[in-house]
Amino acid sequence: MSQYLPPEETEFQYVSNDLSNIPQEVSGASRTYFQDVKRRFVHNKVAMVSFFLLILIVLIAFVGPFFVPTDPNTQNVLFANLPPKLGNLNIPGLNGMQTVGGKTINAYQAAHVPHGTYYLFGTDYLGRDLFARILYGTRLSIIVAIVATLLDLLIGVPYGIISGLASERVDTFLQRVIEIISSVPDLIVVILLLIVLKPGLTSIIIAIAFTGWITMARLIRAQVFKLKQNEYVLASETLGESKWKISIRHLLPNLSSTIIIQTMFSIPTAIFFEAFLSFIGIGIPAPSASLGTLMNDGQKAFHFLPYQMWIPAIILSLIMITTNLLGDGMRDAFDPQSD
Amino acid sequence: MTKYILKRLFYLVLTLLIIASITFFMMKGLPGTPYTNQNKMSPTQLAALNQKYGFNKPLFEQYLMYMNNLVHGDLGTSFQFNNEPVTQLIGDHIGPSMQLGLQAMILGSLLGIVFGSIAAIKKNTWIDSLTTIVSILGLSIPSFVLAVLLQYYLGYKLHWFPVALWHGFSSSILPTLALAAFPLASIARYMRTEMVDVLNSDYIELAKAKGDASWQVIVKHALRNSLIPIITVVGPMAVTIMTGSMVVESIFSIPGIGDQFVQSILTNDYPTIMGLTLFYSFLMVVVILIVDILYGIIDPRIRLGKGGKA
Amino acid sequence: MSDKVLEVKDLEVDFSTLNGTVHAIRDVSFDLNKGETLALVGESGSGKSVTVRSVIQLYAKNAKVTNGEITFHGKNLLELSPKEMDKIRGKDISMIFQDPMTSLDPTMTIGKQVAEPLLVHHDTSEKEAMKRAQEVLKLVGIPNAKERMHNYPHQFSGGQRQRIVIAMAIIDNPEILIADEPTTALDVTVQAQIISLLKDLQKKIGTSIIFITHDLGVVAGIADRVAVMYAGKIIEYGTTDEIYYDPKHPYTWGLLDSMPTLGLEGKRLKAIPGTPANLIDPPKGDAFAPRSEYAMKIDERLQPPFFKVTDTHYAATWLLDPKAPKVTPPASIQERYNQYQKLRGENDG
Ligand SMILES: Nc1ncnc2c1ncn2[C@@H]1O[C@H](COP(=O)(O)OP(=O)(O)OP(=O)(O)O)[C@@H](O)[C@H]1O
Ligand SMILES: [Mg+2]
Repeated sequence: MSQYLPPEETEFQYVSNDLSNIPQEVSGASRTYFQDVKRRFVHNKVAMVSFFLLILIVLIAFVGPFFVPTDPNTQNVLFANLPPKLGNLNIPGLNGMQTVGGKTINAYQAAHVPHGTYYLFGTDYLGRDLFARILYGTRLSIIVAIVATLLDLLIGVPYGIISGLASERVDTFLQRVIEIISSVPDLIVVILLLIVLKPGLTSIIIAIAFTGWITMARLIRAQVFKLKQNEYVLASETLGESKWKISIRHLLPNLSSTIIIQTMFSIPTAIFFEAFLSFIGIGIPAPSASLGTLMNDGQKAFHFLPYQMWIPAIILSLIMITTNLLGDGMRDAFDPQSD
Repeated sequence: MTKYILKRLFYLVLTLLIIASITFFMMKGLPGTPYTNQNKMSPTQLAALNQKYGFNKPLFEQYLMYMNNLVHGDLGTSFQFNNEPVTQLIGDHIGPSMQLGLQAMILGSLLGIVFGSIAAIKKNTWIDSLTTIVSILGLSIPSFVLAVLLQYYLGYKLHWFPVALWHGFSSSILPTLALAAFPLASIARYMRTEMVDVLNSDYIELAKAKGDASWQVIVKHALRNSLIPIITVVGPMAVTIMTGSMVVESIFSIPGIGDQFVQSILTNDYPTIMGLTLFYSFLMVVVILIVDILYGIIDPRIRLGKGGKA
Repeated sequence: MSDKVLEVKDLEVDFSTLNGTVHAIRDVSFDLNKGETLALVGESGSGKSVTVRSVIQLYAKNAKVTNGEITFHGKNLLELSPKEMDKIRGKDISMIFQDPMTSLDPTMTIGKQVAEPLLVHHDTSEKEAMKRAQEVLKLVGIPNAKERMHNYPHQFSGGQRQRIVIAMAIIDNPEILIADEPTTALDVTVQAQIISLLKDLQKKIGTSIIFITHDLGVVAGIADRVAVMYAGKIIEYGTTDEIYYDPKHPYTWGLLDSMPTLGLEGKRLKAIPGTPANLIDPPKGDAFAPRSEYAMKIDERLQPPFFKVTDTHYAATWLLDPKAPKVTPPASIQERYNQYQKLRGENDG
């Protein structure tokens, strides 16, 4: 504290505060809810790093194929199982050398690969360029996940809203349907559907979406029940607005956080299902590549050429980790009380 | 309580019957009836099958027969595996699967609870961060990736454990580890959240005000209260382990029902697929029912809320 | 006065937060006499809870005592090790919290919870502790204590739960009982019951009580002395009568005007205008000045010292400085004073 000056006579005068309009509430800088959410999200380092990493992966997967001239499905059995090689750089692991029976040989020379041809991630057992396959495979996996997740949204959100707003009889029926579907483990439902449907990309997406929407519908229904109690909904109901108008006008905006968070968590689940199905051999049909089929192929040669499995496994795990972390980050941003 | 359980049991049976019906008609709609596999069966076998399952009868009659057999515990006969009855198939292969499942469940929950609690108690320290990282990895890395990695490094390279096949406990270690990762991670995460909540609660404050030392607070009040909600995760966890074991068993060539399921899918062995689907669903609903009942028994709020005052 | 059981001197407590350091307690001193009830009143956020929590050292992890002494039996509690502090909590000094609905462990029978302090602090056998618990539960007015001991918290009403919490607090005959708004969450009739219970218990076991409330109405029924807090400081203290009928600080006036009072019904309740002071960057002078009709220039620059009103009554406001203009308190406060004089007259005559 600075130097003490004793009070002086003149200081004992009323200052006549104007108390009539001093604020009762600390108004602060008033930000909207979504601005707050955004601010919290941007300040979450882990979420931001995941966000950019994910964007990077998606970008590479979607733009990359335009820059890679090799076709991912062209086979060249002569060049089968070549190790990774990057130009003529002599980086261990990327120089085309391979240890066979204790001897290190130049696999590219041994296979008479023309000069100037090299495979960044090597080739698989059919001589297909793994780099191209991984690019296309990642893209396919992401497409499957995104479309399946969109279907989740399209089915789950209306289903949840209807169940939440409709009469008790309808709600009970809709919930029984959900109960029955979820009495079978998700993966088994998906597998059964895949057996019944024609094998192919569409079937996989439908099968994955068939179980995915349920969680969404449940969450939305619970949220609608909560919101229904809110005064503004009751008020507009007494004003004679139709239920469905209310749902669009008042409910949807309030459901947005649930929808966004759940969507974020649906993506890794869908990615995982696709990989799982392709890994056991009933997913994406050959010769198309997805992360699951690549791992399936890679696993066959894993003991000798571990990188063939490592690379898709790492990419898959990276996508799973970043989407999960992003989901966490969004949940924390929307719902800050969870420390 | 008894009334509640009876009602739940009724729904359980109903659900299973519906699932059986749906799978029946789904499979019947498929091109692959037993006749497509004719060449694999002797005429006598075929005749026996036809008679037993009435494949030449109208669909609805077949359905009634199937359900009738089902109620009597007959899940049909596998197309593959030497036309073994599916029930026997399950009986023969359930052992390794059960062992793996239980081991993974116990390991996952114990470690999950320990890690989660420590992370909550030491919130915002490096232990907490480590737990967070481990649980994100556990939740994100699929069990089959983990299985392959464990098999390669700990089995093939280091020779610490058998690489494949089923020769008792040592063969079960790697698949158990691969299967336990997910439940471990999710329980650790859940436990941490619960425990953090509980540690912030008023009754913990009051326990401290009573003079409980920190360890007493945790052992006497915090652990029990945060463990109760964890029980609800056990159901989903069992399911994850169950489905995870399908591919993990294949990778390690373990003769369990998960491996059988994958085999039957790849060979269009519909009776086995149907039988195992039902069996898995049965396991799942039973586990969930048991968990619900257990929750009611352990949590005094529910226990007494239902049956009136003690 | 009688002997002191607790002496708090120059207490300062800070919280570090993302927005800056919150100076929650800024130089608080008071003492507690044997067998008396001291009420701590003030608006929400004035620092009542933090003050008493400092006494038993149960506060958030981000709290830091930056200055002061809390003397109990000749020992400075702030210098004790956590272990030594555990031995005092629940034995010599016990505490009751605001919300009885959440204060009890939902998964433990109430008998066990009430008996816990005995088991923790003494090597009483479980059986004996449970017997004591039953006695105490009866004492606080739980009917059928013997059977109900084996029930869980959710089987009791809010008032009963607060009685159970009180039973827990007094089972070991503490010298000091701290009650942090023990009746705020309860409805009015139950409030009255809990207060008379506390008074009875005090007579029986001779505890000193620190009673926190932001409702001055409750204080009259229980307290011997009152300390009024604002923005982390005690700004006025005195006997209950002095604070009630002859308050000197404009903030106390505001508090009194904002509560319904027996005998003064029909008056419109007035809220104190404005919001509590910012404790991250507290005002240099009198923290209440910006909200006061009676603010003077000096308030902006200097914090007022305590001015003595009587031997027991002190107030920290420049209005009591001899140099200050003569103040006329609001009519409602003058009325209080007149009523008091009348009452005194009746009693004397
Ligand atoms: N953990 C904390 N972190 C930061 N600030 C805190 C913390 N705990 C209390 N405070 C601040 O300390 C000040 C005093 O709080 P305290 O809880 O003592 O108020 P109170 O007088 O008990 O109010 P109430 O009547 O609402 O209980 C408040 O401004 C509060 O914001
Ligand atoms: Mg308080």
